[in-house]
Amino acid sequence: MNSAKHPDKIHKEVPCPFCCLLCDDLVIQNRAGILKVRENGCSRAIAHYEQVQPEIQPTIKGKVVTLKDAILHISNILKSSQHPLFSGLGTDVGGLRSTLQLADKTGAIVDHMHSTGLTRNMLVLQDLGWMMTTLTEIKNHADLIVFAGTDAVSGYPRFFERFIWNKNALFNKNTGGRKVFYIGENLDTRPGISPDGQQPVTVQCKHEDIGEFIAILHATLAGDKVNLENLSGKRLKELKLLAYHLTNARYGVLVWAPGEMDFPHAELTIQALCEMVKFINRSTRFGCLSLGGNDGGVSAVNVSTWQSGYPLRVNFNNGYPEYDPSRFSTDNVLKNNEADALVWISSFDTNTRPPKADIPVILLATPATEPDFTPDVFIPVCTPGVDHAGYLFRTDSVVSLPLKQVRVSGYPSVKHILDCVSGLI
Amino acid sequence: MYDPIHGINGEQRNIYIRDGFITTKPATSVRIDRNYDLNDMIIMAGAIDIHTHIGGGKVNIARMMLPEDHRGDPVARTAITRSGSGYTAPSTFATGYRYAEMGYTTCIEPAMLPANARHAHMEMADIPIIDKGAYALLGNDDFFLRMLASGKDRSLICDYVSWIINATKAIGIKVVNPGGISAFKFNQRKLDLDETNSHYGVTPRQILITLARAVRELGIPHPLHVHGCNLGVPGNLLTTLDTIRAAEGLPMHLAHIQFHSYGTEGDRKFSSGSAHIAEAVNANSNISIDVGQILFGQTVTASGDTMLQYAGHRHAHPNKWVIMDIECDAGCGVVPFKYRDKSFVNALQWTIGLELFLLVNDPWRIFLTTDHPNGAPFTSYPHLIRLLMDRSFRNDMLSTIHKQAAAVSILGSLDREYSLYEIAIMTRAAPARSLGLQNRGHLGAGAAADITVYKNLKNREAMFAKPVYVFKDGELVARNGKIIKVINGSTHILKPEYDKGIEKTLKNYFDKYHTMKLDHFKINDDEIVAHGNGNIIVQSCM
Repeated sequence: MNSAKHPDKIHKEVPCPFCCLLCDDLVIQNRAGILKVRENGCSRAIAHYEQVQPEIQPTIKGKVVTLKDAILHISNILKSSQHPLFSGLGTDVGGLRSTLQLADKTGAIVDHMHSTGLTRNMLVLQDLGWMMTTLTEIKNHADLIVFAGTDAVSGYPRFFERFIWNKNALFNKNTGGRKVFYIGENLDTRPGISPDGQQPVTVQCKHEDIGEFIAILHATLAGDKVNLENLSGKRLKELKLLAYHLTNARYGVLVWAPGEMDFPHAELTIQALCEMVKFINRSTRFGCLSLGGNDGGVSAVNVSTWQSGYPLRVNFNNGYPEYDPSRFSTDNVLKNNEADALVWISSFDTNTRPPKADIPVILLATPATEPDFTPDVFIPVCTPGVDHAGYLFRTDSVVSLPLKQVRVSGYPSVKHILDCVSGLI
Repeated sequence: MYDPIHGINGEQRNIYIRDGFITTKPATSVRIDRNYDLNDMIIMAGAIDIHTHIGGGKVNIARMMLPEDHRGDPVARTAITRSGSGYTAPSTFATGYRYAEMGYTTCIEPAMLPANARHAHMEMADIPIIDKGAYALLGNDDFFLRMLASGKDRSLICDYVSWIINATKAIGIKVVNPGGISAFKFNQRKLDLDETNSHYGVTPRQILITLARAVRELGIPHPLHVHGCNLGVPGNLLTTLDTIRAAEGLPMHLAHIQFHSYGTEGDRKFSSGSAHIAEAVNANSNISIDVGQILFGQTVTASGDTMLQYAGHRHAHPNKWVIMDIECDAGCGVVPFKYRDKSFVNALQWTIGLELFLLVNDPWRIFLTTDHPNGAPFTSYPHLIRLLMDRSFRNDMLSTIHKQAAAVSILGSLDREYSLYEIAIMTRAAPARSLGLQNRGHLGAGAAADITVYKNLKNREAMFAKPVYVFKDGELVARNGKIIKVINGSTHILKPEYDKGIEKTLKNYFDKYHTMKLDHFKINDDEIVAHGNGNIIVQSCM
């Protein structure tokens, strides 16, 4: 049921759905259903686009069935379920709308595979707020970029190429002179070297300690009395250097990746970053950028918010949406036996795995997905932006892009399956 | 029946509906499927909200940041309706249901950032029942400011404005703090009408007149929709008067003018400018306004005006706020706010809005808005209508607010009570005419059968809160203030002409400076339909 025969075609200006930068300048060649990234592909894009699709069939408990029977079985599981959990949510806006409709109907809990990071951000937004900026603003305006706990490129390979070392800019005519700082450890800082060889400054520090460093920096900027005696000479120098550049930036940008701040209460570190940026804005301009929300994560936050009022980790079981960013996480719901069926959706990245659970598991995932257990139902699905058109939100949560179809797939879309299931319930 | 477009003021008439439209009396041979006895009831066209923040990035940020608002106002799902939540920033489904339950059938999102237009339309696709439309934001975007600064030809600017309307599927153009959102990105903290944006060297006055001219030259029915300079700043009534003069007689709509009508008299250096503003509006027939009435209680302010939202963050309640610079295009600021009747300033804001309603003579040029959710959620419209129609109720309310504010206000001396006819003008006929919606806002043959039927109650708040019947495109969608049928509304757009040559310049510009391709920035008609919006209605340019 996989790749139908079709003529060779070169697709230009293809938006790539495989990370939340949504680079939309890719050139993709389709030769008899085999895709090749011809231009502007990063390692991530190439790995995903060029992956060979196995030909597999829907299964119930490992036994091959028709799509119709698989869909019927899903509807039966959901009909007898009292507390379903829809998670993974690796799909596009259309798939998310269908997911939420079905979740509303079946009284489900809704969460996303990357919501641990996304929720860290939401807690900051809901507590004190922030000052943000977007990719085009950075590309044209920034003269200073601070990366806190991320090097950007490990997760988003074209970040520097597209937004930092770009040749053309509207306002900053010396993009090569942009100051780059890193705060963190195990970061790939090589892309931070400017085209003419200017080295970035790296403040070596454990991710868990970024919050403390930022607190001292914030206090220093504010002119508060800070006991700096415990700092090493090197750290003191870094602190002063950073304080100087933050204050003298015309348009500074602070970048973090909530998914890469993986330690307890990392939201407090993010909040420290945001509060410092607010403070800097008393005298100059500065904005934050959060990098994260692949696999439709940013889209899931947005669609869930406009439809339910809450950004994921929503429970529709009482007939109306209830929000609890801790209790309704996938991990906690499964750990506390709060769900009796799991629908796991992952139509972008083959490397994601549904969590093991002692309840019926319905897997709607890319054909190459290899779950480490036999799900009750597995329907291989096609990928938005490869096999069908659709929409995704970018990491800055402002821009959304239309996805293109570059391949004909015999696999159904998440939206199609869920709409069929919805029709049966 | 109250149908001001046809001069019908409380007359008894029959209305015939066929295939979603109002039609003339059919031949006697035609079988009538269903008959509604509306004796002793008040019939108006479905209401139209010309300025309500219902969809797009800043509204979604407001929703995201206020779970406490939503917990207090859950909306349960029913057999026909979706669940949702939210009082000040309701979820999309709840927005559509609540508007329809109040007899509103068309709502215009007033601040659609071109960079965020697709998002706005995707959200609005999930607002059921009502028709939607949006003004595209211009006047802080680099491309326009660059053109203006370099003295580009008027026709080129028209082409760009027209291109934006086409590309973003808009029904008008709005400017927010002209040049000020951009100036804030260059660290300017205030920008008066004749102050220059430090980067481009252009003034808000130049931006306003240029855009107002383009809007007129393109034949866009709705005048340039203006959120002026200095919103909320004491003394800004002078800016507003200057802005009216700056229009140079061109049509201009001044949005939420209450927030732009403040003087600096009195011990507290904060006073009402309503008399001056109303006088100017009355004297300048090219000017229309909506009020942006505030009502007491918790709300959230969501605006493109980063410069003044940043300045206002000190008043955030609860203390959290968001400011965002966006795509060399515009920005947004979201600041929760609680209006208190015992606060002098808030109480005076309340009186200023009401004074403006009562002092502006021509209901065809003043529209009923709370700038939802900035002054109050749209669900407070019935209460506001009662304040306008019932002087004794108004005076009762006046006696409960901050004593000094009540004492300095002229509100108690204003006897005017709006009539049902004037309410029908202000909430139906005038918005439809201003927006250029050909077959909305009236009850004549050919109009869409968007009809609201009220019980004629003395308590106008109760009357306008729960209409007996609401018809949308001929379908009975609400009964006694409850949704009984859910349908999809349409999206109203314009397709003004332009020279396609501008796309060459724009493509080059996008390739060099933007982070998305020009073709992906543009929204196709198909996208709107594919989202489940029902359909697109292309309104005519003049």
